[in-house]
Amino acid sequence: MSRRQSLSPLVVTAAVSVLLAAGCTSDRPPGATGATTSASASAGSGAATEGANTGEQSKFFVQADFDAQLAMRGKEAQGPADRPWEQAIDPKMVSTADYKKKAGDRHLCFSNAAVNNPWRQVGWKSMQAEVALHKEITKFTALDAEGKDDKQISDIAELQGQGCDALIVSPNTTATLTPAVQAACEKVPVIVFDRGVQTDCPVTFINPIGGYAFGADGAEFLVEKVPAGGKVLALRILPGVDVLETRWSAAKVIFDQSKLDVVGVEFTDGDAAKTKSIVSDYIQRHGKIDGVWMDAGATAVAAVEAFEDAGQPVPAIVGEDQQDFLQKWKQEGLTAIAPTYPTYQWRTPIIAALKILNGEEVPETWKLPQPKITAENLDKYLQPNMPPLHYAMCGCETMPGFPANWGGK
Amino acid sequence: MKRTIPILVVLAALLAAMAVVNPFFLEPAGFLAFVKRAAPLVILAAGQYFVIVSGEFDLSVGSLVTVEVVVAARLIDGQESATWWVLLLLVAIGALVGLVNGLVTTLLSVPSFITTLGMLLILSGAVFLWTGGAPRGALSQAFRVFGRGDLGPVPWSVVILVVVAAAAVLLMRADFGKRLMATGDNDRAAALSGVRVARTRILAFVLSGLAAAVAGILLGGFAGVSAQVGQGLEFSAITAVVLGGVVLGGGRGSVVAAMAGAFSLEALFALLNLYGISGPLEYTVQGVIIIAAVAAGAAQFPSRLRAST
Repeated sequence: MSRRQSLSPLVVTAAVSVLLAAGCTSDRPPGATGATTSASASAGSGAATEGANTGEQSKFFVQADFDAQLAMRGKEAQGPADRPWEQAIDPKMVSTADYKKKAGDRHLCFSNAAVNNPWRQVGWKSMQAEVALHKEITKFTALDAEGKDDKQISDIAELQGQGCDALIVSPNTTATLTPAVQAACEKVPVIVFDRGVQTDCPVTFINPIGGYAFGADGAEFLVEKVPAGGKVLALRILPGVDVLETRWSAAKVIFDQSKLDVVGVEFTDGDAAKTKSIVSDYIQRHGKIDGVWMDAGATAVAAVEAFEDAGQPVPAIVGEDQQDFLQKWKQEGLTAIAPTYPTYQWRTPIIAALKILNGEEVPETWKLPQPKITAENLDKYLQPNMPPLHYAMCGCETMPGFPANWGGK
Repeated sequence: MKRTIPILVVLAALLAAMAVVNPFFLEPAGFLAFVKRAAPLVILAAGQYFVIVSGEFDLSVGSLVTVEVVVAARLIDGQESATWWVLLLLVAIGALVGLVNGLVTTLLSVPSFITTLGMLLILSGAVFLWTGGAPRGALSQAFRVFGRGDLGPVPWSVVILVVVAAAAVLLMRADFGKRLMATGDNDRAAALSGVRVARTRILAFVLSGLAAAVAGILLGGFAGVSAQVGQGLEFSAITAVVLGGVVLGGGRGSVVAAMAGAFSLEALFALLNLYGISGPLEYTVQGVIIIAAVAAGAAQFPSRLRAST
């Protein structure tokens, strides 16, 4: 009996080594291909061959959207400069006369994809605060789909029977929610924000410029700050999610045109410990890393710490507008940039809904400005009294209940 | 001891492979960095070993680790002075969760698979309710030293690992270890020969809870606050124990082998990462290991093959 057992680790090793070998030679799932080949291919080669290390372009990449978003960054948004959540870039106004209701009490409804991450938490708080600002909203019915498509589909159906004057939807996924939104459009004016749907039946679709602009902001910063031939490590959360794929695909385009050597593209699962381990491994393997690109900032501090713990200066790094990163940036005087996907976009749908019910024009596609935090404006966004995962671009500083309702002191 | 040899061979092979791919690994700093990274999983595997060898499972350790880190950040909230009582509280939480697991499993006769699966869901739900998906607060520098800092040339987590490993080995050599082994092998026979089976198993669960508390302190120290820190750790710990040749169902296997299993698993992950294969494949590897290890333990090999190994 004991002999039989003692065999097991050896058998397992055999099995695993077979698996390892298979992993090295056979076709891998398309989503993973880019990252894996780039990392293994680059391990031995020191030369910066253009485009060789970033893998294949994402199947989510659309050149026209990329060009449009990059162009949009330079355009002046229309509307009050101190209230970016009311601004719009290149608005094409549509009439809402058909939806006009006589002045009086408003009942707004909201189908929310989820509140399962800090970004959505901050946004959701801001939306509730926006509702509180308007006395005419006498009823606000919100349902949380908890990240499940099927729950959101039934949520949207349920809200149609609640006598909503307008329905706001933040879709969990694009394709699956489209029919549900289409059905709702027939009964009530619909406002969609954050992720989109594949129909133009909503009165307006609200979101910031987008993922290509986000990814490009970070990549361009590294191209500017890291000397030619410098080694850049790209960290992504996970493959296959459109909003994250666009960020990376834009960065890839920019890295491929540059003289930078992308030594690896790795997936962190958004896990701080894993991020720190991966960055430590790269520092060990390459001796020195000259720049870090990230598709989201939640683990940026862990990446910074990996350099600190290795006793190395922190290279140019891309984060996001979370307070913990901004604080580290200020404290250590980092060379950094924080592209943002502003949470203030959660205020806009409420404003849009009221405009629509008053019969005022709204932009058909409401593109909000998407600022980036740089060394010049860092102090404006750094708020030491806010929790570490608070997003600075919330547009909520002057709202009633700030900072306590957002977890601040 | 004989049972420990195969996994040590495996571990040596994996370490050698790592050294070939990454020569820095041979330097003391490189090797210690690896041990530091492996420490939380090795400690969790030691805790899981006690439960498995007594014939049970503990699926709740991953979410318990998350609870520990999230609670620590919220209560410490950046104040250095809060560090010590929060550390004590974390250890108490770990012991309490283990105690509840043990009591429910033994006194209420709920299979541990269900008890600890339920505990996993309860804890992860509670974390989500309490944090709303966004943990608040921050860990103090004094707290983070254990996962991040060094004691002279040696990382603190390596020191803690050595202490935990020594304690685990001593426990298994003491009477408790023999009772635990007897309980897992045949609880009826153990009970008839005077072992208090329920009490022994409860203690095993408490040890697993304590291991999760220590792992949580190390992981939180290493990388800071995160609501995902413990995700999947229960499976990694069970995989490590099984890889160490410890028999599911209890009664056989050594704690040293279980810890060596955890080191091997960590080395394997590091190796996969060095080859640029990571992410989802880690789960696949764990799945293959669990099935292959149990299958290898259950399969009847022809006697000639057996003799040749």
